[in-house]
Amino acid sequence: MVGALLLREWKILLRARASVVNPLAFLLLSTLLFAIAAPQLVAEASQQASGILWVLVLFTQLLSLDAMFRRDYDSGTLEQSLIMADVPFVAVLIRIFVQWLGTGLVIVIATPVIGPLLGLSWSAVPGTMLALLLGTPALSLLGSIGAGITVGFSRGGIILALLVLPLFLPVLIFGTDIVNAAGAGLNYTAQAYWLALISLAALIVSPFAALAGLRISVEMQ
Amino acid sequence: MQTHTVTDSLKLQFDSLACQRDGRVLFAELNLALEAGTCLELLGANGAGKSTLLRTLAGLHSQYQGSFVSPLAVYQGHRLGLDELLTPIENLAWFAGLESCPFDHPRALMLAARLGILALAHTPCGKLSAGQQRRVAMIRWVLSPRKVWLLDEPLTALDTNAQGWLNEIIAEHCLAGGLVVCATHTDLSVPHKTILNLRPPLEQVAW
Amino acid sequence: MKLNQKLKEYWHKLGSPRWFYEITTNWVTFFGIGALLLLVTGLVWGLAFAPADYQQGNSFRIMYVHVPAAMVAQSLYIGMGVAGFIGLVWRMKLTDVAIGACLPLGMVLTALALFTGGVWGKPTWGSWWEWDGRTVSTLVLLFLYIGIYALREAIPDLDLRARASALVCLVGTVNIPIIKYSVEWWNTLHQSASFSLTEKPAMPVEMWLPLLIMGLGFYCFAGHQVLSRMRLEVLTREANSRWVAEVMLSKGAPAAVMQPSTTDTTDHGKD
Repeated sequence: MVGALLLREWKILLRARASVVNPLAFLLLSTLLFAIAAPQLVAEASQQASGILWVLVLFTQLLSLDAMFRRDYDSGTLEQSLIMADVPFVAVLIRIFVQWLGTGLVIVIATPVIGPLLGLSWSAVPGTMLALLLGTPALSLLGSIGAGITVGFSRGGIILALLVLPLFLPVLIFGTDIVNAAGAGLNYTAQAYWLALISLAALIVSPFAALAGLRISVEMQ
Repeated sequence: MQTHTVTDSLKLQFDSLACQRDGRVLFAELNLALEAGTCLELLGANGAGKSTLLRTLAGLHSQYQGSFVSPLAVYQGHRLGLDELLTPIENLAWFAGLESCPFDHPRALMLAARLGILALAHTPCGKLSAGQQRRVAMIRWVLSPRKVWLLDEPLTALDTNAQGWLNEIIAEHCLAGGLVVCATHTDLSVPHKTILNLRPPLEQVAW
Repeated sequence: MKLNQKLKEYWHKLGSPRWFYEITTNWVTFFGIGALLLLVTGLVWGLAFAPADYQQGNSFRIMYVHVPAAMVAQSLYIGMGVAGFIGLVWRMKLTDVAIGACLPLGMVLTALALFTGGVWGKPTWGSWWEWDGRTVSTLVLLFLYIGIYALREAIPDLDLRARASALVCLVGTVNIPIIKYSVEWWNTLHQSASFSLTEKPAMPVEMWLPLLIMGLGFYCFAGHQVLSRMRLEVLTREANSRWVAEVMLSKGAPAAVMQPSTTDTTDHGKD
């Protein structure tokens, strides 16, 4: 079951490249906007880079979350996977994983480019990548709850943001702290553990909550 | 009280089933028992609750009262469940994967040939017409190991030929001991069919 | 086995709108009178008779509104989480009525706590707004409230709205400790200790007793508000049933308004 589901997601990912390209383009574009609007913020190795980077990552995630279940919902494959799947939970988990591949992991890989553009010092880049690698899964997982419950609305974007952004706060706090510590050459093991813990906790809770939300959304049509 | 019992045996049974939607009782006191090999034709005006009954049986609608017994079923709603970027074969393989059963590729191709869409087997579903997509969906019912089919107006968008094939497929499925519940506005030409006409209750039942 | 049965029966009864309506009639009055007495006593005592703070002068007196408002606002959110849990597990309709009743009050009280915090902060910290840990947590609480409110507004169907908001309340409540903890961590990192509200010199009795009274008063007020809203909502939802007709008639409502209904309601909210 897992193999067939992953194969399908992979094929769709290859054919609908927009789902990967769009978040990345958005991230780069907003970086550009920051560079134009507030050049002093992104000029040199600055304290602001960590904050700007993480907020941009949060917004990118939010944009991509809205589309997380949307196409499956519209085509009816979502309701089919709730009815037909041996374990619907697995189907949801795979969707979340693939969404993370398309945004979270891509952002991690793009960090060496985007980070310095935002004024992040080179010494902070590895720490930043670690922080994003540990933190973005929590964003996808926690976000899936909001995405699942709002997928039935034709305009769910703002409600999704209201529901999900407060949940992102801990990730933002520990994430920026790691980046700052890495920039200052300090030890950030504790924060990294916390971030990993948050992601693990989200992994335990979120798919169930997302599944419950999706069942409600499917009943809404 | 709500009870939904999932059985392994092939039968469908309602005991004083009532369904509600948006705070309105659609139908109440539905009692019925169906054995394997029958086709239930679900009739009723628009909004009588045909779709809601099917969705309830599929486990997608939870605002009901009473009890029903059903095995796991194939459900076909208005949204077909085909991804437009994937080809019919890829979609069918995904359905097989969902149920954790091996995908019978040759049989899928044979059915595609029978339904006249073999040439399209490797064209993305988004490029198929509505009727052609419906035929792909028909293949997946046949391939599924589940023996109960819940079909919501399957004749929509089908041409005369395809309507004939649909009737054939349903008849064959019933003959092989399957069970079909089909909401429709056009008569099915299927032997052994039972007809259920859904009507709103005479008075609104308090919940 | 017998006890189990009895407990189960009682649990069902708890979910019954009619039973709820009848039993809370006296509670509403009790909470209403309690709120009135406590709030008047607390306000007069706190504003007029409690001694002025030796550092902050009279500005500290807004504490008598600020602290209880913040406390009740948090309690209401946790209450919504508990109601959401019960609603999801036992499908009890009354829990959604409870969530719907707690929501507006909690939202307003959170806003009140933020506003009075600003008013207090101006003379104490020198600015209306400081990004203090508690302030941020309270602001997040406000956003959690607004999120649930927006979600409820977006779903017209009662049953689905109940399930969706129960789920979101539960998820939010589970997250509150994590958010609070991380905000405190953030606060200790970013903020050199401003004015610590927690480690004030021990308050004299004349100062904290009015606060206690105000706290109780706010809880009574919240109880009164929530129960009244719930009762009204129960009557609206059950408007077609016979017992509502009986209740309304016994209160002397004009008979012409009442729709004589032949049907009776099933008394179990869990169905």
